[in-house]
Amino acid sequence: MAPTRDVAVVSYASWTSPAELQRNEVEMLMPVVAEAVADSGLPREEIGFTVSGSCDYLIGAPFSFVSALDAVGAWPPIRESHVEMDAAWALYEAWIQIQKGSVDSALVYGFGKASPGDPSEIFTLQLDPYTVGPLWPDTISVAALQARAWMDRTGGTEHDLVEVGARSLRNWAWANGVDLEPDAVDELLAQPTIASPLRPGDVAPDTDGCAAIVLAAGDLAKELAAKRELRPAWITGIDHRIEPQALGFRDLSVSTSTALAALTAGVGDGPVDVAELHTQFSHEELILREALGLEDGANVNPSGGPLQANPPMAAGLIRIGEAAARVMDGEAGRAIAHASSGPCLQQNLVCVLEGEDA
Amino acid sequence: MSAERVAVVGVGQTEHRAVRADVSMVGLVREAAKRALADAEMTWTDIDAVVIGKAPDMFEGVVMPELFLADALGAAGKPMLRVHTAGSVGGSTAIVAAGLVQSGVHERVLTVAFEKQSESDAMWALTVPTPFQAPLVAGAGGYFAPLIRAYMQRAGAPADIGMMVAVKDRLNAIRNPYAHLKLPDIDMQMVEESPMLWEPLRYLETCPSSDGACAMVLASERVADAASRPPAWVQGTAWRSEPTLFARRDQVNPQAGLDCAADVYRQAGITNPREDFDCAEVYVPFSWYEPMWLENLGFAAPGEGWKLTQSGATAFDGDIPWNPSGGVLSSNPIGASGMLRFAEAANQVRGAAGEHQVEGARRALGHAYGGGSQFFAMWVVGADKP
Repeated sequence: MAPTRDVAVVSYASWTSPAELQRNEVEMLMPVVAEAVADSGLPREEIGFTVSGSCDYLIGAPFSFVSALDAVGAWPPIRESHVEMDAAWALYEAWIQIQKGSVDSALVYGFGKASPGDPSEIFTLQLDPYTVGPLWPDTISVAALQARAWMDRTGGTEHDLVEVGARSLRNWAWANGVDLEPDAVDELLAQPTIASPLRPGDVAPDTDGCAAIVLAAGDLAKELAAKRELRPAWITGIDHRIEPQALGFRDLSVSTSTALAALTAGVGDGPVDVAELHTQFSHEELILREALGLEDGANVNPSGGPLQANPPMAAGLIRIGEAAARVMDGEAGRAIAHASSGPCLQQNLVCVLEGEDA
Repeated sequence: MSAERVAVVGVGQTEHRAVRADVSMVGLVREAAKRALADAEMTWTDIDAVVIGKAPDMFEGVVMPELFLADALGAAGKPMLRVHTAGSVGGSTAIVAAGLVQSGVHERVLTVAFEKQSESDAMWALTVPTPFQAPLVAGAGGYFAPLIRAYMQRAGAPADIGMMVAVKDRLNAIRNPYAHLKLPDIDMQMVEESPMLWEPLRYLETCPSSDGACAMVLASERVADAASRPPAWVQGTAWRSEPTLFARRDQVNPQAGLDCAADVYRQAGITNPREDFDCAEVYVPFSWYEPMWLENLGFAAPGEGWKLTQSGATAFDGDIPWNPSGGVLSSNPIGASGMLRFAEAANQVRGAAGEHQVEGARRALGHAYGGGSQFFAMWVVGADKP
């Protein structure tokens, strides 16, 4: 037994902002969902399945996904589900439902606002509530442990970390047509650390934002893409794995769950033109490159990646959207996307997208 | 393109109590998972993937608790998903887990749902005022009571129907060793004399707050055929959602519930629910939701649901027993309550329901709902392959 249906990304829309104080989740989502649905060419009521990813704690209320349904227009009633995970996992759930054969298309969306709270405190509540959480280690300090473990194992330096952040900023400026002269690596290195060895440029910014993707199967995907003279971004492999959370139970300098997911998804079966990685800290890119077996020259995070815009619960789905967009516009023949959840890359999803018919 | 067959080959649940101070969240989920694995005659290493579900994280005060629970549930190195669809989540989680097998991706999936309400305070978590949202007003009962009053008026139902359901489900719970509430002396008078919480709902017409977990092992046809204990074959699954509030919405008899039932009945070939099912485990957190869902699920015509309850048809010895386990009114670990309905339905058709076994049950309905009566998840399980 193995999944047999060809499934592709046929449209993608996203929106991010350092802090959106004027609009709530629904108002933030409505134009993005509307754009992805319109671009797909499928009437909203013909989309077979809808699934989202979000986290209640970001706004401190029990059911943030419930009101978000207003952004979709769930009437007549729709087939719908929700994961309390980054929406990249919602996309996996949509892919499963299409593989099951009960639907031919799906709308996936994810959203998160960092601005109402302090994500580095909120996500501390992910840690074991009996033994680790009560110590209140903030997420940046926990990530710094992993950065240090990577440096200790590889002999890498803070210079290597800062270079990742600097390249991310250059890519973001290029992708958005912004004319800027990023600080030289030496100047970045002169900044004080937030949590040693991490400096401001090594840490993803607090971001509000959301994303939406429409998936379609086989001939439907071909037909929809042809209308727009694009090619579908076929999902030729997707898998996700989790590790124990306890920081002492695993080698923090590597990502075994990413390597396992990459193996099942077939990352190594061909060249990688573009890789969009959910790197919320600079050292994570270096660990992930190794786990994914990427060549030094691989084009990683041409969008700038999460170090420039990291809306919680949507940033992983945005990686899939950005990778798919590069395939759909013909810039990349084969792209990979990665999403992560939990402290120190605890849980990882890897998705391979290809332009030629799967 | 048809889905692979999937069956329930193992079921486990915890003893449900107001406070399970003897276990952590880790201990609670493992108690249910280990029982499901033992029932399936499997070990942790046999499992391909884990799907966990629970209601809002504020009920325990841990953000995405599946992350810290992953290792304890044997998920290290495996795929793990976390579902959250409000009160329907236990049912939705089972449907997601079933999908992993039906899609052909996995052969043995462990699914777990839990709530440890004693870690926090669900009433508080449900009452947080949120900008731009209608407040729930003192928990779920405050939200649902006006809908119940609307139902009573619309159906012309006698005032004591809710109390009959409260007595029936608590008497059923006496046969269920895992149930939270055990009230062997319950009768109409005891219910009537209990304090009025939200007119017309009295204290004893309301579900308890429980700590508890439920787990199932779902398996492919190949694995289920080789199992030594009888499997419960999944004959259909369906979910539907609609928005909380808008002008045309009928919250008493929601369209999403009607559509969901029609979908799952079509898949399973159900044309007359009262005759085609041998029993049903339906999400009834407040007594009056039995007659309301009897109508929404097509067991009775609109306005006639209360007559089934009144006639005793839904009692343990009636022609269509509803909630022989005692239901949500007797045990309510919120995130697990929906999965308990799905799992109890499975155990009925496996002949594994113990003292609350409905004799000869071969086909059963599992049902869950959540939010403002807007999220629905259902499955039909049977002793026979679909």
